[in-house]
Amino acid sequence: MSTLNLKPNIEDPDGFYADLIGAHEGLSDAESAALNARLVLLFANHIGDRDILRKAIKAASNPGKET
Amino acid sequence: MFQDRYSLAFKLYPYKRSADQDADTPVRHPVVVMGGGPIGVATALDLGLQGIPVVVLDDHEGIGMGSRAICFSKRCLEVADRYGCGEPMLEKGVVWNLGKVFHEDRKVFEFNLLPEEGHKYPAFINLQQPYFEKFIVDRVREAQADGAPIELRGKNRVDSIDVRDDHVVLRVMTPDGAYTLEADWLIGCDGANSPLRSMLGLDFTGRVFKDSFLIADIRMKAEFPTERWFWFEPSHGSGASTLLHKQPDDTWRIDFQIGWDVDRAEEIKEENIRRRLDAMLGPDIEYEMVWSSIYTFQCKRMDRFRHGRVIFAGDAAHQVSPFGARGANSGMQDVDNLGWKLSLVITGKAPESLLDSYDEERIHGADENILNSTRSTDFITPKSAISHIFRNAVLDLAEHYEFARPLVNSGRLSLPCTYDGLSLNGPDALPGGPSRTRVGSPCPDAPVGDGFLLPRLGNDFQILTIGAEAPEMLEEDGVTARRFAISASDDPTGVLAERYLGDASAAVYLIRPDQHVAARWPAFDETAMRTALRKACGKD
Repeated sequence: MSTLNLKPNIEDPDGFYADLIGAHEGLSDAESAALNARLVLLFANHIGDRDILRKAIKAASNPGKET
Repeated sequence: MFQDRYSLAFKLYPYKRSADQDADTPVRHPVVVMGGGPIGVATALDLGLQGIPVVVLDDHEGIGMGSRAICFSKRCLEVADRYGCGEPMLEKGVVWNLGKVFHEDRKVFEFNLLPEEGHKYPAFINLQQPYFEKFIVDRVREAQADGAPIELRGKNRVDSIDVRDDHVVLRVMTPDGAYTLEADWLIGCDGANSPLRSMLGLDFTGRVFKDSFLIADIRMKAEFPTERWFWFEPSHGSGASTLLHKQPDDTWRIDFQIGWDVDRAEEIKEENIRRRLDAMLGPDIEYEMVWSSIYTFQCKRMDRFRHGRVIFAGDAAHQVSPFGARGANSGMQDVDNLGWKLSLVITGKAPESLLDSYDEERIHGADENILNSTRSTDFITPKSAISHIFRNAVLDLAEHYEFARPLVNSGRLSLPCTYDGLSLNGPDALPGGPSRTRVGSPCPDAPVGDGFLLPRLGNDFQILTIGAEAPEMLEEDGVTARRFAISASDDPTGVLAERYLGDASAAVYLIRPDQHVAARWPAFDETAMRTALRKACGKD
């Protein structure tokens, strides 16, 4: 069983967050939603592991109940 | 002719006619400081303690009312300690370590600043700005009694200036009328709305944030612990975000985010402030209003802080949002940086170009502060629907998962910057040396014998040797560096070795008068030391 990493793992979290919000600057709501969808798919592909992806979807749907 | 812009908490330098007002020809001073706030008075103290005559011109006669800046950082206190006024600040201030973050009515998480052992000063103290300023002025009075050539002139308002190549001519208004005075160097510490900047027509550019904040300082005997509490979108509805922070004298700072399109005159009425406070504190808590203010803020800086013989410091040079305590704290670091450089230039021991490194280093610091403060502001007051969605997603996840907590940004508390890769730096040639004491870093404190390291460093260049040999004194082109030697027996806890040696067995550091690392090596090499000392003084 793979474990979904829920410990801090992002280097320079403030810089990452600024990049993320910056990518949405000037976009309409629909464009922002589409950007987020593309991002999720890119991240998912990078992770690859189906078990982890299943847990991440659960964690996002019901925070605190990922397992 | 004289209209006070604010009322005073402490009247400390009432107007007194100066001999300069009766001189036939304008009197020339080496340094004039414009503005008697904390940064202006600290600048005068730094220079005066070095024996450089300095005159402070302030259009008021003391320290303004209102707590304003309340959070003073370790580095700021260390600078104050070098000037001899850090201890009373620490004694009066409130030390806090625990912070709690709430979203609506839920606690999302709490954090502990986890103070590192082996420092004379804590990470932060909370202290009302008037006290901070008063301790600096008290120290000026003490220094004056010991002969420091400092003059504080109240109700002396600079109305116009004329900048020449090698001096500045100032037209100064007083209750007795105007007089003219000259300065070899003029230091602008006249605050965020700097009249000096306007007189010179200099730009101040950056971002204006479209939100207003209502500050209320209240006095109450409440059971709240000494912690920093921050609410995002509190369900008590008193603001879009709210901050509660303890100050000395049973006083609490409460900061409500109230939006951009508000009727300020209406919001500042006591009954309306009480409505917000009652919603937050509950109906049964009694309190007394001490001070309130509505502010908006900007993250801006000047393109350059030095303009020939005019040099800007503090809020006059750069302004940040209050989140993260980077205003007064970074201003004190400007003073720390400028004082020794200006003194070396005035006494002819360093070229005028040394002052360009003030520009380089403090702009580097200002940019880091503006970046951090802008990011906090964007998190606290999201400016678009999607940014609001992400912010709340982070808060939702942070309640359950540790990974999201570093993303929660209610203000990244001020740390001093390292002058990485800048012009005055010498060689960073200590194999295995810790990163935190790399060249350009402010020296971290550490226990030494019965006391601490930092009170032993600064004011002059020093050669810090740890288990290494070096001459007791070295002079290079008029600038001296004295040795401060540490042996293993001075460091029983090993903390100093951990912070300054790392994997090295011995080290020689060249430390600047502002306690920043100028160069480091495993052993003393005279040629290398002389070269580094010249470089740190802006020579070659």
